[in-house]
Amino acid sequence: MPEPYWEDTKNWGESFMDFELTNRQKQIRLAAREFAEGELMPIGKECEEKRQYPRDIIKKAAQLGFVGVFIKKEYGGLGLGTLEHVIILEEFWRAEPGLGQIFSQTTFGADELLLFGTEEQKKKYLPPLVKGDWVMGFAITEPEAGSDPASATTRAEKVGDEYLINGNKVMISNGTEAKFLLVYCLTHPEETSKSKRHSIFIVETDCPGYKADRIHGKMGLHASDTANIYFNNVRVPKENLVGKEGNGFIQLMKFLDYSRVMVAGDGVGLAQGAMEQAVNYAKKRKQFGKTIASFQATQFKIAEMATLIETARNLTYKACWAIDRGNPDTQLSSMAKWWACNVAVRVVDEALQLHGGYGYLDDYPIERYYRAAKLLEIYEGTKEIQKLAIGRRILGIT
Amino acid sequence: MNFDLTDEQKDIIRAAREFAEKEFPNISQECDREEKPPKHLWEKACRLGFVGVFIPEAYGGQGLGYLEHCLINEEFWRVDPGIAHFILAGTFGSEMILLFGTEEQKKKWIPPLVQAKAITGAAITEPDAGSDVSSVRTTAILDGDDYVINGTKTFITGGTIANFLQVLCLTEPHFESPHDRFSVITVETNRKGFEATKLRNKLGLRASDTAEISFSDVRVPKENLIGTPGRGFHQFMVFFDHTRLHVCAEAVGLAQGALEQAIEYVRKRVQFRKPLASFQVTQFKIAEMATRIEAGRNLYQKAAWLLDQGRVESHLIAMAKWFTGEVAVRVAEEALQLHGGYGFIGDYTIERFYRDSKIVEIYEGTKEIEKIIIARALLGRY
Repeated sequence: MPEPYWEDTKNWGESFMDFELTNRQKQIRLAAREFAEGELMPIGKECEEKRQYPRDIIKKAAQLGFVGVFIKKEYGGLGLGTLEHVIILEEFWRAEPGLGQIFSQTTFGADELLLFGTEEQKKKYLPPLVKGDWVMGFAITEPEAGSDPASATTRAEKVGDEYLINGNKVMISNGTEAKFLLVYCLTHPEETSKSKRHSIFIVETDCPGYKADRIHGKMGLHASDTANIYFNNVRVPKENLVGKEGNGFIQLMKFLDYSRVMVAGDGVGLAQGAMEQAVNYAKKRKQFGKTIASFQATQFKIAEMATLIETARNLTYKACWAIDRGNPDTQLSSMAKWWACNVAVRVVDEALQLHGGYGYLDDYPIERYYRAAKLLEIYEGTKEIQKLAIGRRILGIT
Repeated sequence: MNFDLTDEQKDIIRAAREFAEKEFPNISQECDREEKPPKHLWEKACRLGFVGVFIPEAYGGQGLGYLEHCLINEEFWRVDPGIAHFILAGTFGSEMILLFGTEEQKKKWIPPLVQAKAITGAAITEPDAGSDVSSVRTTAILDGDDYVINGTKTFITGGTIANFLQVLCLTEPHFESPHDRFSVITVETNRKGFEATKLRNKLGLRASDTAEISFSDVRVPKENLIGTPGRGFHQFMVFFDHTRLHVCAEAVGLAQGALEQAIEYVRKRVQFRKPLASFQVTQFKIAEMATRIEAGRNLYQKAAWLLDQGRVESHLIAMAKWFTGEVAVRVAEEALQLHGGYGFIGDYTIERFYRDSKIVEIYEGTKEIEKIIIARALLGRY
């Protein structure tokens, strides 16, 4: 029999199991919940309806220290872990997924800079994010390159001391709001290996030749900015290369270990919020002369939702913990991403169902959660891609 | 936060795995077919210290946690659920004495269990009292210094091989609340009037003994009462918070074993000129199975870790119980499916795992009962 895949024999040091959050992490959760309930919940519906990106709320959250906590102190952050960042996102998504998403994308890509950026890049681009002055994004997807990023064709050609970028990307978070984006470009089309063709660049969005069109037809998450973006002879200095030339694919894969657990945290938060709404509704709503909470069918639904959330949260935190101890686990990140997001979609479906017809109207927030949830199974690697990553790894298929 | 097991726990896993892989496979088919508990392996497991690790050192155990007991369960079940169940169920019921017994009772009953001198069990279920524990009708009436017990219990693990059983009896039928009418009494199986009949033809876990037992004017001294008269039902609810956890470990171990069998098979099996492992649908199945197992394992280990800290979270334990049980059943089913027709024939162990898996959704609280416990924590009692 093969060694079990979960037995990490490399790291057999002295350790003590501990499933509890530290006091500090608990405090962060409480603070994040208070902020989310006080500041996000009241404006969630309006932002969704008016498709309004509330920039000032980012500034406010930043002042309270909720933005980019995982960014190292020398770059303005709190130097905390991925777990703390995920706890904050979880609480924000619990209170209002649409606004939670705004915070998910505010620093989206910062891990790539922390992992591969130069000292100058980190000093220049990270501190304004933490202050809430700038937001960023990571532009990867193209019309013909979704799950298959290696087929991205946005071209960056070296011309003297600059790179000349041409092409277009779609569904880019913060495409219109970002001060700068990391852009995944084709630099070595002649390379036979698909993992050696691309490079990542910092592109400031106020440079000539950059254009963004905000997308308005999304199913949910209307408050957040998603755009199609165009590069028409955009020039960036060679200092804006992140990491190594031709190493973009490898760097992207590394980044996904981090970003996927954050999306898993989003899923846990959304599911938790949806379940709590279902619990509150079931306790109040009377049919057949008693509350619907008194029916076993309801009790079973709630029990299943709560259990699934519990498993998703544990898995997500475990993947965060692996990252924070310096040992990101690709397989665990993928498991957490698929499982937590699948849980979110299932839980929100049951939660809306328990609301009956009222759930279908926008009188209750559950309708908004329902529309928001589906994206979790799509971005940062569809659930299908996560399963491929897990299955191939276990089966030893490259 | 730290999700890592300690070095000691990892050593326990390694030793348990080594023992199980060395001892179980050669006899597992025979034990299953002939419904035969391999007593010599139980003796050996006791000698090597795998049985009753959670029992305090004062009573002959190793004084480890319930988590360690779970880890051994997981490793044994990964190799053969039937044999694993027989060996480790030998201490099932001792938790009642450890939790509620007097010092004298613990000194008397517990040490033989780890010395391979005695097997115990818990006798709760009756023909008409399954999930509805408070409808138990086996009576124990105090007569002088003895209890006189009459009644029938069924599905009792170890019924024909146990030396003594912790029996849930109706002692205070006049009490108003049906939950306050019971007491737990330890009954030696060599007492006059005790009879056990082995139940044959179980779907799975056939190496393990299950029996119907009957009490006909069985007299036991009143010193055999465990805990408080009238508190038996409540004592068993606390008991279940412990024993449900090792069922979780059983389920995860079974699922892990089934997954590994599936992995091995799909790598070898060639159809359409390539191994099954190269098909995306296979990769997806393996990914889903592995993720569910990972989620199940984290959940039960968290609940066990909390229990060992003295924090009993009944709803978390209930979550772990139904979730891991379902994982076991689903994973075993997918693993058999991946074996195709061969999985349906006894040539591969997966057929046995498939049969063995179903019980974990039933005993120690059906998944339905677990969900009711969870819902009560969230919605209140109705």
